[in-house]
Amino acid sequence: MRERLYGKLGDRIFIAALVTLGGAVMFIAALMAWELWSGGAKAFRTFGFWGFVFGREWNVITGQFGAWPFLVGTVITSAVALALAFLPSLAAAIAIAEYAPRWLGEVIAYLVDLLAALPSVVYGLWGIFVLVPLVRDRVEQPLFLWSAEHAPALMGLLGPPTGIGMLSAVLVLALMIVPYASSLARDAIRLVPREQREAMYALGATRWEVVRRVVLPYARGGIFAGVILALARALGETMAVTMLIGNGHQLPYSVFGPAATMASVIANEFTEAEGGLQLASLLAVGFLLFLLSLVVNFAADWILRRMSVGEGHE
Amino acid sequence: METLRMETRDLTVYYGKKAGVRGVSLPIYDRKITALIGPSGCGKTTYLRALNRMHDLNPIVRIEGQVLLDGEGVYASGMDPVVIRRRVGMVFQRPTPFPTMSIFENVVAGLKLVGVRDRDRLMGVAERSLKAAALWDEVKDRLHEPAVGLSGGQQQRISIARALAVEPEVLLMDEPTSALDPISTQAIEDLLARLKEQVTIVIVTHNMQQAARVSDYTAFFLNGDMIEFGPTEKIFTNPADERTEAYITGRFG
Amino acid sequence: MNLRRRYLRDRLMVGLVYLGTSVVLLPLLLIIGYVFVKGVGALNWDFFTKPPAPPGEGGGGMLPAIVGTFIIDLMALAMGGLLGLGGGVLMAEYPEHPLNRPLRMVANVLGGIPAILMGLFAFVVVVLPMGGFSAFSGSVALAILMIPIIMRSTEEVLKLLPWELREAGLALGLPRWRVTLSLILPAAKGGIVTGLLLALARAAGEAAPLLFTAFGNQFLSFDPLGPMDSLPLKIYVYAISPYEDWIQQAWGAALLLALMLMLTNFIARRAMRRR
Repeated sequence: MRERLYGKLGDRIFIAALVTLGGAVMFIAALMAWELWSGGAKAFRTFGFWGFVFGREWNVITGQFGAWPFLVGTVITSAVALALAFLPSLAAAIAIAEYAPRWLGEVIAYLVDLLAALPSVVYGLWGIFVLVPLVRDRVEQPLFLWSAEHAPALMGLLGPPTGIGMLSAVLVLALMIVPYASSLARDAIRLVPREQREAMYALGATRWEVVRRVVLPYARGGIFAGVILALARALGETMAVTMLIGNGHQLPYSVFGPAATMASVIANEFTEAEGGLQLASLLAVGFLLFLLSLVVNFAADWILRRMSVGEGHE
Repeated sequence: METLRMETRDLTVYYGKKAGVRGVSLPIYDRKITALIGPSGCGKTTYLRALNRMHDLNPIVRIEGQVLLDGEGVYASGMDPVVIRRRVGMVFQRPTPFPTMSIFENVVAGLKLVGVRDRDRLMGVAERSLKAAALWDEVKDRLHEPAVGLSGGQQQRISIARALAVEPEVLLMDEPTSALDPISTQAIEDLLARLKEQVTIVIVTHNMQQAARVSDYTAFFLNGDMIEFGPTEKIFTNPADERTEAYITGRFG
Repeated sequence: MNLRRRYLRDRLMVGLVYLGTSVVLLPLLLIIGYVFVKGVGALNWDFFTKPPAPPGEGGGGMLPAIVGTFIIDLMALAMGGLLGLGGGVLMAEYPEHPLNRPLRMVANVLGGIPAILMGLFAFVVVVLPMGGFSAFSGSVALAILMIPIIMRSTEEVLKLLPWELREAGLALGLPRWRVTLSLILPAAKGGIVTGLLLALARAAGEAAPLLFTAFGNQFLSFDPLGPMDSLPLKIYVYAISPYEDWIQQAWGAALLLALMLMLTNFIARRAMRRR
């Protein structure tokens, strides 16, 4: 037996075990897509796939369910958070990889990593008790009062200045994706060969010119892929958003007012879902979120391959 | 009669506490090619990079002694490394085309830094520099294609054209042919002979035949010291120091 | 010469870069500061040893949540570790295997899926058939979250080992499985442990996948088939509650959780360096 284990048989068993484990992983992923799809099938059947996607009504009492408010909420919050986070996270990446002396760069990088490791619920907790009062008292109420006096037309756009709502959720979301986007950009910048920088310095460039004309163009694939991955993160971010966004599904949303995302509606309503149709609709929202994450991740992959430089010429 | 373009006086370069180059005094004559030879690790590249303040980028490096360019101290207070590097260009061991730029953009990258926008002028400079780098005929029809599509030898000539485009007084070359095939090496050596009519060249090479073929003056480095300097012919036929002789006859290195 | 303007721009950008960096760091330092200051007051002996008290009574603690966190996360690590290691070893040691390409793609896909969907999935495939919320279903959700992280890190550290090491083993007449188990895995031990710990730290902070799987439980429970509490869940529930003493405990739990995750991250990095 021992001899046979040391011959072909042992290797076969080992590979079979590995393939079983690897296959199980693939099975789980496939099953997940399938279960979300079939779990939501009842909703898709009742309202039609596109009818569900574009349905603006989400009403437990009338049994009318459509995902459109959550799709809109997800895309708006994520896109705005990303827009807010992009330049600061790029700045932090440049500071770490290019500008700061080594010790300072390490300290900043360590802090950024630490912040990436903080759980979503902690951001949410901080958001509720620190950010929300701040935003309410210092931003929303003054703006609201100002608009009430000078531009009443704006009041509907701004919405109720309660602190809980779109604005606070977006701010916390931006804070949460900054460390992630920043560490990806930092990795991309560190891949730029030293020779590239030196060649530009040797032409008489200042430090910023080297960053602007050599480092950033060279790292652009990694930076943009990082941005897209950060967007994917933001799309699925659940707890902090759920705690801050106010969970209102009434379109149109206002800047300060309550809103909802796909992840937040699932987190909020799933355990209290009444009846099969609501449950199915929530699973269907999950399936759409699954699709959206898939698309965004593949986009990041594609961008990385399309825009990368550095392999071709070395 | 030879005129001085650059000069170092008692130049010492420290990496942390260790000296990479010790007390080197060397004249660099105008529109001549000066070759720096010696075994690897002898300090010739370290010396070269002190001439245009490339060591400024590395915080652990410290420089003592003087580097003079047209009689002015390169490291004197008030001298700006950005200006120095513009006057003293550099070509590196490996070709360094900027991969996101076209051939044309690569060549005029230095001019764009100082804000030259005029398309005709840029094109004129690109043509002149590419001709000077003996590359014009090969690339004139694809100036707007990526520079990384070129061969290694062509890429190195792009790097040379890019350095020439800002009209430096001195061109430093750090083993410019060591990553190239023999034919490309030949092309670049031919180029050097013509370039020295416009620009002073300092070339580091580990290839003694190359030094003998292309240079007017040769300095031999060993373990951070400059052992011997003189006209190339004298160094290669009648060296004064026995270590120089040992090296050029191939007994070490 | 416009050199002065170029330098001006250079300086300006230095300023902007550091300004951007402080815009990143300041709020985040504030968060850490708040969690620490507000949380420290809630940590006391009862916090670690008592079950929660009804709102308004004061006192009470986090014992069920602390115990539950460990149970759920360790079960998840066992499951996710096994699958992740298997997949990672397959990808690194048998690069010619036809399963690798789809497997790598699947790992990427799983890595990009929001955590809450792991919870939905575990609800459908575990909670529904078993007829109730359970710690086990929560572990399943977290395990799926860990798998891609572990797979990727395992593959990376194994690929760092020189191929000669494998050839040396094979030249001794060892079969490939012995080379992998006795030479390769021990040589990569530090890196593998790092990957496992980082995956653990990532999953341990998640509340979303547990909302409708482990669900939460006011009482101390060791039953993996029944509902169980967990720190992230407790923070969520307490944070949105209207009771002052619960909110206070949420800060304490946040501090405890943050410290545990930092510690795990720290040990993970140490393991990597020691090798």
